[in-house]
Amino acid sequence: MRSMIDIVDVSKSFTTRAAGLVTALHAVNLTIRDNEFFTLLGPSGCGKTTLLRLIGGFEAPTTGEIRIADIDAAPLPPQKRPVNTVFQSYALFPHMTIAENVAFGLEMRRVPKAEIDHRVREALSMVRLNNYASRSPRQLSGGQQQRVALARALAPRPKVLLLDEPLSALDLKLRKEMQSELKRLQQETGITFVLVTHDQEEALAMSDRIAVMSAGNVLQVGEPRGIYDNPQSRFVADFIGESNVIPGAVLGRDPSIMIAVRPERIAVTPAVSAGQGRARGKIASVTFLGLDTLYEVALDGGSKVRSRCRDIDPPLIAGQSVVIDWPSGVERHLMD
Amino acid sequence: MNENRTLALIAPAFLVIGVFMVLPLCIAVVYSFMTANPYGGVSMPLTFDAYVQFLFRRDFDDSLMFSWSYVIIIIRSIYLAAATTIFCLMLGLPVAWYIVCQSLQRRRILLFFVTLPFWINTLIRTYCWVLILRDEGLANNFLKSLGIITDPLPLLYNDGSILLGLVYTFLPFMILPVYSTLERIDPRLIEVAYDLYANRYAVFRRVIWPLAKPGALVGASIVFAPALGSFLAPDLLGGGKRLLIGSLVQMQFTTSRNWPFGAALSIVVTIGVLLIFLARSRKVKEEGRP
Repeated sequence: MRSMIDIVDVSKSFTTRAAGLVTALHAVNLTIRDNEFFTLLGPSGCGKTTLLRLIGGFEAPTTGEIRIADIDAAPLPPQKRPVNTVFQSYALFPHMTIAENVAFGLEMRRVPKAEIDHRVREALSMVRLNNYASRSPRQLSGGQQQRVALARALAPRPKVLLLDEPLSALDLKLRKEMQSELKRLQQETGITFVLVTHDQEEALAMSDRIAVMSAGNVLQVGEPRGIYDNPQSRFVADFIGESNVIPGAVLGRDPSIMIAVRPERIAVTPAVSAGQGRARGKIASVTFLGLDTLYEVALDGGSKVRSRCRDIDPPLIAGQSVVIDWPSGVERHLMD
Repeated sequence: MNENRTLALIAPAFLVIGVFMVLPLCIAVVYSFMTANPYGGVSMPLTFDAYVQFLFRRDFDDSLMFSWSYVIIIIRSIYLAAATTIFCLMLGLPVAWYIVCQSLQRRRILLFFVTLPFWINTLIRTYCWVLILRDEGLANNFLKSLGIITDPLPLLYNDGSILLGLVYTFLPFMILPVYSTLERIDPRLIEVAYDLYANRYAVFRRVIWPLAKPGALVGASIVFAPALGSFLAPDLLGGGKRLLIGSLVQMQFTTSRNWPFGAALSIVVTIGVLLIFLARSRKVKEEGRP
């Protein structure tokens, strides 16, 4: 598959008055493929937005090279890159109508007037806002403004669309709607989307591939299922979905290793006889979640694990002695 | 009861506007229709003489001849005030933009420097320009010491020096309102514009200027109106040779002792300025946004 963006040994440092020299990115290497929905996922301060701003051209890397569509992007300012950005705050021009906002990028590219009209209409219908062309941004709701920002960035048909936490200001229901909307837009247009988010569910739901970042490093890159099922580090295991990280010693194994198991993979059964299951413990708490019940089990070896179970009859109660078990093959050995 | 309360609450505002704005204006209007006393002050009967004097010259045979002389002074004043406004805008906009781009701490310091001249008397500040611009002044001496010129340049006592003095005096009144609108522009808007292929010129013309315009219009109003009526810079830096409306009005109340004519002149200027503002606010209303 053809690559769209190559990030080679890119690092970025800032000098701040408070903390002196701060390194936001440490020698990051990434390849983002043509026509894929790629997500940079990590907690705030992990460097994901910095990386996005480097691709957009709003900042210059301290070291390394960024290539967009096989062209070295270093000498190109934002207006010369085939890349458009959707900002978290939407940043619609308040003094222009919706249609004027969407037309802005096309006018700057000197697209003929008739073609601009056509493409503005096309872009607005893509985000289902045809009837709002002559409104002002003030008259639109947050979700609508977000869609205008999308239409404005898509109208010039960039090679890459950068999305900086585009859904974080929306409420849950709208966010879910926009997730499928974004996915649909990406598939319809065939444009490479690069999304920045701290929401792992969002990343898992939308992405073709995810890069998990922490403290200025890319820890793991892969497809959502691969990352979910095979976290290679404790950070990824913790950050993507929920994970129990159990020291090897508690399970009577090599004390230098850590073992990760997802809560939904752990079965809890009442302790009846010795030699049962993988570890023993007592139920510490029971939380009813609707379909599932979450049991927190305090293991005899000293660590706690969470288990998501369904249809245990009779229900387990706090203080009860239990054993935990999981099918072989679902546990992961972590490197750190 | 409720109505009385409302009246009581807005009374102070009415009182202030009435005493400080409406009353002096009314006095000026009344004086402009009265007869001048030879040693200053006004007396009865009521007459249109002051306004007649503005447009006509009374010949020896008591016939009236249309005269351009005062109209020309007003036109020259408007032209100079307009030039002052334009120069203030051209200088004020980049200065305000520069200040906005600084860190919060530096912004405070720079804004303090902008307001610093307010602490010094305008007469003294304007007179300093005389010291700089006169034949033996700082500017000429400096150029002479560099050997660029041998004879002093005529820097003082012309329209240029008046304009310089006016721009110098009123520049802060442009910088401050423009700064306050520029400060409120979301920097993301500028990034978005660059991102959407705008070059620096387009970013200014399509994003920064439209958003800064309300502040620039406020600045233009509070520069143009006082510049039109100012007499310090024209007197000191123009040497009184180039008569402007402000100096002319001032003269009527001091040396010429023709109070009704001075009042009539200021009424004419006031009406002129009001008409300009009215036309502007109507235009703003038509466009539907500032």
